[in-house]
Amino acid sequence: MTEQNTITVENATCTFCGCVCDDMILTVDLDEKRITKAKNACILGRAWFAEHTIEDAPAALIGGKDASVDEAVEEAARILAKARFPITYGLSDTTCEAQRVAVAITDMIHGTIDTTTSVCHGPSGLAFQGVGESTMSLGEVKNRADLVIYWGGNPAESPPRHFGRYAVTAKGLFTPGGKKDRTIVLVDVRKTPSAAAANIFLQPKPGKDFELLWALRALVKGRRLNPAVAESTGVSLEAMQDLAERMKNCRYGVLFFGMGLTMTRGRHFNSGALLALTTDLNEYTHFVAKPVRGHGNVTGADNVVSWQTGYPFGVNFSRGFPRFNPGEFTTVDTLSRGDADAALIIASDPASNFPKRAIEHLHRIPVIALDTKTSATAKLARVAFRTATYGINTGGTVYRMDDVPISLRKAFDSPFPSDEEILKAIHKRVRELLLAGGSYGVATGNKVAAPRTE
Amino acid sequence: MATSLRIINGKVYDPANNIDGEVREIFVQDGRIVADAPADARTIDARGMVIMPGGVDIHCHIAGPKVNLARKLQPEDHRHDPHPGTLFTRSGSGGTVPSTFATGYRYATLGYTTAMEAAVTPIGARHTLEELHDTPVIDKGFYVLLGNNIFLQQLLQEGRREEFKQAVAWWVNATKAYTTKLVNPGGDEPWKGKRNANVADIDEKSEVFGISPRNIIDAFTGVVNELGLPHPVHIHCNNLGHSGNVYTTLETMKTAGDRRLHLAHIQFHSYGGEPGKNPKSAAAEIADYVNSHPNISCDVGQVMFGKSTIMTADAPLAYMLRGFKKGKWVNADTECESGCGIVPFSYQEHVYVHALQWAIGLELFLLSRDPWRIILSTDHPNGGSFMSYPKLIRLLMDREFRKEEMKKVNKKAMRSTRLPDLDREYTLNEIAIITRAGPARALGLKHKGQLGPGADADITIYDEQEDKELMFSAPRYVIKSGDLIIADHEFRNDHAGRILHVAPAYDEDIVGTVRTFFENYYSIEFDNYAVSDQYLYDHEVISTT
Amino acid sequence: MLHCNGEICMAESMLLIPGRSSKQGTSLNKGKLKEEYMEVTSTAEFNEDDMARLGLNEGDRLRLYNHVGETVVTCVKKKAADLPCGIIFMAYGPNSSQLMEYDTAGSGMPLSKNIEVMVEKVTV
Repeated sequence: MTEQNTITVENATCTFCGCVCDDMILTVDLDEKRITKAKNACILGRAWFAEHTIEDAPAALIGGKDASVDEAVEEAARILAKARFPITYGLSDTTCEAQRVAVAITDMIHGTIDTTTSVCHGPSGLAFQGVGESTMSLGEVKNRADLVIYWGGNPAESPPRHFGRYAVTAKGLFTPGGKKDRTIVLVDVRKTPSAAAANIFLQPKPGKDFELLWALRALVKGRRLNPAVAESTGVSLEAMQDLAERMKNCRYGVLFFGMGLTMTRGRHFNSGALLALTTDLNEYTHFVAKPVRGHGNVTGADNVVSWQTGYPFGVNFSRGFPRFNPGEFTTVDTLSRGDADAALIIASDPASNFPKRAIEHLHRIPVIALDTKTSATAKLARVAFRTATYGINTGGTVYRMDDVPISLRKAFDSPFPSDEEILKAIHKRVRELLLAGGSYGVATGNKVAAPRTE
Repeated sequence: MATSLRIINGKVYDPANNIDGEVREIFVQDGRIVADAPADARTIDARGMVIMPGGVDIHCHIAGPKVNLARKLQPEDHRHDPHPGTLFTRSGSGGTVPSTFATGYRYATLGYTTAMEAAVTPIGARHTLEELHDTPVIDKGFYVLLGNNIFLQQLLQEGRREEFKQAVAWWVNATKAYTTKLVNPGGDEPWKGKRNANVADIDEKSEVFGISPRNIIDAFTGVVNELGLPHPVHIHCNNLGHSGNVYTTLETMKTAGDRRLHLAHIQFHSYGGEPGKNPKSAAAEIADYVNSHPNISCDVGQVMFGKSTIMTADAPLAYMLRGFKKGKWVNADTECESGCGIVPFSYQEHVYVHALQWAIGLELFLLSRDPWRIILSTDHPNGGSFMSYPKLIRLLMDREFRKEEMKKVNKKAMRSTRLPDLDREYTLNEIAIITRAGPARALGLKHKGQLGPGADADITIYDEQEDKELMFSAPRYVIKSGDLIIADHEFRNDHAGRILHVAPAYDEDIVGTVRTFFENYYSIEFDNYAVSDQYLYDHEVISTT
Repeated sequence: MLHCNGEICMAESMLLIPGRSSKQGTSLNKGKLKEEYMEVTSTAEFNEDDMARLGLNEGDRLRLYNHVGETVVTCVKKKAADLPCGIIFMAYGPNSSQLMEYDTAGSGMPLSKNIEVMVEKVTV
C-alpha cells in the first residue's frame, strides 16, 4: 500500500442500517480497492466497509454460467417483456436513482412492485394509513427529548449508534446534559444488551404488546384498568401507571419501535396501538414516535414508490395504473400463492429470509437478481448481476429512517455497473421489445410509457 | 425537440402586453415566442379558440416530505381516481394528493405550465427536488421555510442583523429555493418545546428567543427586499383560521410598510368576530388594504366544497383541525427548522364555517380592484384540489352559476357576507391576469405569463365555450417550451420541465458561522446539508435585482 | 405449552424469536454463504433453567420443528433474567426462516417472531 494511493473520504455515509450515519471518515487504498479504516463507524459499519471489496467474480451469470453484462441484460429483458405477472422486489439496499428506474420498469411491464418494507415495517405503514403518526427527525430527539422509550427493538445491537448519535447520550440544544437530562425506557420480552442503557426495563410476555399498549392508552386517558391486565401482560399495574405518568408529564417524549411489534400476532394492530398512544399523549404534552428501520435505504424505497405511485409498497400495475393491496400484491403472497411468473429482485435476498413456500416458488420461475455479493437468491437466479455497492462504489441518494435525504459519496470505483445502470439498460431493452410487439407484451394490449430522460 | 409553430386565428389574451381578445398570430421558435413567422413552422388553426399564456400556480403543495407523507397517508384518496399511463406518459394516482407524474400531467391538462411548491424545509429540499424532477411538463420551484429556523432566530435575538441577512442568502442558495417562506412565524418553538402551545399575538415575545413574530416578519421582509429576490417573502400569517385574525393579518401587512410582501391564502386570514366565537367575514377590510397598497400581493386560498387535505407547516393548526373529528393525523417535527401537520379534511356546504370561508374567498376576488395582486389559488390541496380551478373560474365569470351555487350553502353564512350583493363577473382578460400574468409578475418571472417576443413558449389554447368550467377543464392545445404537449385534447409528448431558483450573493464568512451552530445541533454533517447541483437537472436561475 | 414442572421431556413446545444481533450483522457483511454467517444463524439462545430441565449442555445440537419445517441449531445458555423460560432467541436467517408460516393474514407480513416450535435433542 503506497502512501500516495490512499485517499480519505470525509462525510461519507454508511448505509448498512437505517441510522445512515453520514459522518464516516474513510481511508481508502486505491491500489487494493479497499477501505482500510472507517472512523466513526460502529461494529456493523466497520464490517460493511471492510467487507465490500471488489470480488474476483463475473459481472453477470446466465443459468449459473459466466456471461457479459449485455447478454445478461438481453436475457433479463426477454424474461420481463414476456411475463404476464412479473414482480419486482427488494430495493432497500440501493439508491433512490435505481429505485426510480425499478418503478419505471414495473409500470411499463404492468407488473407488481414491492419492497422489503412489506416484511419489515409494512404493518407500521398500514397502521400509519389508519391512524396517522406524530413523528420527528432524529435531531429533535437529540435536542429536546427528555423521555425516550424503545419498544420491541434492540438498539444496542441494531442499530448501535442510535444511542450515541441521536437518542440517549447525545447532547442537544435543550438537553445539554445528554443522558442526565433523559429517562430511557426499554420494553422487550427479553433482556437484551440495550437494557444496560435503560433507566426502566419492562418485560411483557411474548405476544402481549397490544394489550400493554392499550392498557397504557386507557391509563393516559384516566380510565381504570381491570387488574387482570397485569397478569395477562406480565407487567405490574404499578409499572404501567408509572410509565403512563412519565409519558404525560415529560416535555418531549419519543417512542421508537421495532420488529417486536410488526412481526408478531396483531402486526399492524400492534403498530397502530403504539401510534394511537402517541397521538393520545399529545393532549398532554409533545410526543412523537418513529419506526426504527433496518436497511440503509428502505425509507428511500417507501418514499420513491409513494411519490411515483401514491402507495408505499405492494403496488400492482396490471390494469395500467397503480393499485395497492397488501396481502394480494405483497411478495410473500405473490410468491407463496404462485402468482408470479417472473421476478426481478434488487438488492435483497428473499431466498434466504422468506417462508419456505415462497422460496419454493422462486425456484420455479425465472428470477433476475441484482446484488453486490453472492446470495441464495443470486444462486437460484436465471440471470444474476453483480453490481457496485451503493455508498462505496457509487454516489446517489438515500433516506435515513426519519426521511432525511442524504447524498452518498463514492470511496473507490468498481468494475461492476451500479444497480441504476443495469436497470436503465434493462428498461431500454424491454421498451424496445414491447414496442416491437409480436409475441411480446401482456395480452391486454400493453401501452408503453416513454423512458423519462434524465 | 421544440418545433416551430405558427398559431393563427385565435383570440389572444395577453394582459401583460395589453392584448385583450384580439385575433393575433403567435409564432414559436426554439422554445420561445418570436416576432416573425419561422420558416417551416407547423400551423395551428385556432379559429374559435382562446389563447392565453400557460397558467402559473403561485402557491400549491405538490412535492416534498410533507406532501409525500400526506400521499402515503391516504390510499383511499387515490383509489377512486387512478391515472392510467399512456404511450408517452407514466401512470399514477390522483385524489387531492396525486402522485408526482399525475400531478404534472394534470396541471398540463388544465393548461398550467408553471407551479411553485409553497413550503419546504431546508433539510428536505433534496427530497422536494427529487419529487419535482418526477413532476413532468411544468416548470417549478419552491419556497424554503426559514421563519422558525432556530439559528436565524438566535441571530435576531442577538441583534446580528448583517449576519442574519448573509445567512438567509446562504440558505436560499444552499437549498436552491425561489424565495423564503414564513409559516406561523414564532409558532414552532412553543409547539415543540412547550407542550403543544402556539403563539397567538403578533407582538408576543418568545420565551426562548425573546423576539416576536413581528420582529421575524420585519427582519425577513427587509432582508429579502434588500437581496432583490424576484419574489418577496411569502408569508402564512399567524392565527390562520381563528376568528378575529383580521387584526393579525393587517398588522402583518403594516409591518411590511411599503416593502414588498406576499400573503399566502389570504382568505384563511380574513376573519372578523371574536376569538373563540364563530368567525365573521372581514374580506372587505382585507381587500381594501391590499387594493390600496401596491407593495402587497396575495393569493386567495379559495375553499372549494368537497374533499381536501390539510397539509401545512403550521403544525398547531393541523392539530386543532384534527380535534373536530379525531381522525387520522400526522405531525412531523424537523430539527431546528420547522414542522408540519396533515389532516384529511372536507368542506361541506351546510356547515356554517365552511360556507363562510367559501364566501369570503369569493368576496376577496369580487372586491379586488387589482387582479394583478389578488391571485387565484386554492392553496392546493388545503382549500381544495387544483383540479377545481375551472369550477372556481366559472364561479367568478358566471353570476347566475354563482347564485345557483349560493343557494346550496349555509344560509346564515351567506347573510353574514356581502357575497349575495356582489354582481361582478370576471372577464377573460381578468382571468388571464389572476391565473397567468399576475402570478408571473408577482414571482418576477419576466418570461412567463405573457406572449410577447422573448417569452417562454408556454401557451394554452382553449375552445371558447359558454360553460367556462368546461372550457378551462380541457384545453385543446398545451405548448410547453415550444413542445406540443397536448393536441386535440390528447397527450402527444412528455416533457421534463425545469427548476426555477435564485442564487443571491452572500458573504462566504457566514458559512463558518452557520457551521458552528450546525455541528452542535443538527444530526447530519454540515458538508452533507447543502444541495448539490446534481439535483437540478434542467434548471434556470432567475436573477436578483 | 410450557412444561416447567421438573420433568425431563424428549420433545417440548417453546416460542422462537428470531432477530438481529451484532454478530449476525457483521457476518452478513462478510458473505451470507460463508461459514461464519451460517454458524451465527444456526445458533440459538436458551434459558438456562430450561436447559437444565431438559438435560441440555451448551454446544448440544437441537432440532426445532413445527408444521412448516425444521432446522438444527446449536444451543447457547442465557440467564433466566435475560431470557424468560420457554423462549428461544436466534439470529434470523435461512435457518429460522424454515419455521416461518407463509400465510400473512392479508397483511403481507409473515409471522416472524413468537413462532411455536417443538424442541428435540439431536442424538447422533
